[in-house]
Amino acid sequence: MSEDGQVPSPLLDVSDLCTHYGRIQALHGVSVSVHRGSLVALVGANGAGKTTLLRTLSGVHRATGGRIVFDGRDITRARADLRVRSGISQVPEGRQMFGPMSVEDNLNLGAYTRPIAESRRSIGRIYAMFPVLEERRAQPAGTLSGGQQQMLSIGRALMSQPRLLLLDEPSMGLAPQLVAEIFSAIVALAKGGMTILLVEQNAQAALSVADFGYVIETGKTVISGRGRDLLQDDRVRQAYLGM
Amino acid sequence: MLSQTLQYFFSGLTNGAIYALSALGFSLIYNASGVINFAQGEFIMLGGVCAVMLTAAGVPLPLAILIAVLVVSLVGLMLEKLAIEPAGDADVVSLIIITIGASIFLQGVAQVVFGPGQRALAPFTGDAPIMIFGASLLPQSMWMMGTGALIVLILAWFFGRTRLGKAMLATAHNRLAARLVGINTRHVLALSFVISAALGAVAGVVSAPITLTSYDVGIMVGLKGFVAATLGGLGSGLGAVVGGLILGLTEALAAGYISSAYKDAVPFVLIILILFFMPRGLFGARASERV
Repeated sequence: MSEDGQVPSPLLDVSDLCTHYGRIQALHGVSVSVHRGSLVALVGANGAGKTTLLRTLSGVHRATGGRIVFDGRDITRARADLRVRSGISQVPEGRQMFGPMSVEDNLNLGAYTRPIAESRRSIGRIYAMFPVLEERRAQPAGTLSGGQQQMLSIGRALMSQPRLLLLDEPSMGLAPQLVAEIFSAIVALAKGGMTILLVEQNAQAALSVADFGYVIETGKTVISGRGRDLLQDDRVRQAYLGM
Repeated sequence: MLSQTLQYFFSGLTNGAIYALSALGFSLIYNASGVINFAQGEFIMLGGVCAVMLTAAGVPLPLAILIAVLVVSLVGLMLEKLAIEPAGDADVVSLIIITIGASIFLQGVAQVVFGPGQRALAPFTGDAPIMIFGASLLPQSMWMMGTGALIVLILAWFFGRTRLGKAMLATAHNRLAARLVGINTRHVLALSFVISAALGAVAGVVSAPITLTSYDVGIMVGLKGFVAATLGGLGSGLGAVVGGLILGLTEALAAGYISSAYKDAVPFVLIILILFFMPRGLFGARASERV
């Protein structure tokens, strides 16, 4: 989309995306752009289609209309594993551990698409980021606490060396102190240059760290703007911030 | 007395090794797809039948074994590609019915190609029994137990040490997460059919000199493998091996001390007891988690 060379094309460009569950339409034309190095938040109520959008972006749910362009390539119909190889990685809702397998196995599987030698280096970076994971490296992932599982889920997604990280409700079910810890890790990643699309029900937390935000309602993006501006937006404040 | 019990033990472990391999095949495919593959017994039959036909045609035994295993692995792959994969997102029960259909089809083909009779493969290394404390042990029994043990070790290494093996386990534990880390779960399913078919073929080849083979041996040995897998806990590798050995031993002891007429009844009495009293088997824990 960069005709003039002034505006760089976004890393992820989603236009008019539609999906169905059986005959029921879940997304009614979602349009989202994520620029390189930015942290974009997508907020909305339960059932608005946030998780469906991320699942469709990752290719584990089929798009029935619209386009997903990643790094200039149309990936609307690409297989999920090829999207991981091209640089999209998702931290799914509910952590989705390989429960009986060790923390270290979970991390190594995150690097399934990468050379084995590289995954040895990556794992050191993840342990530096979340030291508790190194302490529990041999423990089955299913026995970790919720917060530790969320860290492991983020770590596993980072092991594939993504260029775009999709985060689905990382604060879900966590105590406030842990939410703060997870969010500071996300902010640190963004500062390090990672491009992030963050989906959250916790609109306050998400919009206050985001460069840009979208509000999604019943499968459509209805409001968009800079994160800080959205926090001041009356409609957003009423509907999502309880003010 | 001791020699007699020992004799039953040998015979139990020999058959148990085959049940264990069969049970491992069931568990592998169950883990990858939630499907009970009722064509598992046909893989065993085809292994034996292929090896018999090849050696009868003058192919040297080691080469015949190799070709038989390759052919059956290919049959496993084709079963997945031509029957399971086209069914797409069909539910598990439909897929199970497809495997029953495939089983009948493979038996029919084998009956036409191989003929209706029973035939034996020559023992790998002679048939002079070795006497141990008064009990006799056939060299072929040692081949069966040894091969079973070797395969269990190879599988333990594959699933415990290699990335591909761990990816297959990961797919069994959480298919969504597996897809999200970039594992092609379709390939995992196809691979699980190939490995299960190869396991069956090996079991069929090493047992053919003792149990004889014909187009219809697959049904019984397949069902017993299923019982062994259920006894050990469907989806558990350790469970499949332990279940297979327990089943083989129980069968041999019942045949020896009660009556050999009841030998084939043992697995079916056992499965009723298992389903009543411990539906998850010895090592299975995830029965309710599967969707």
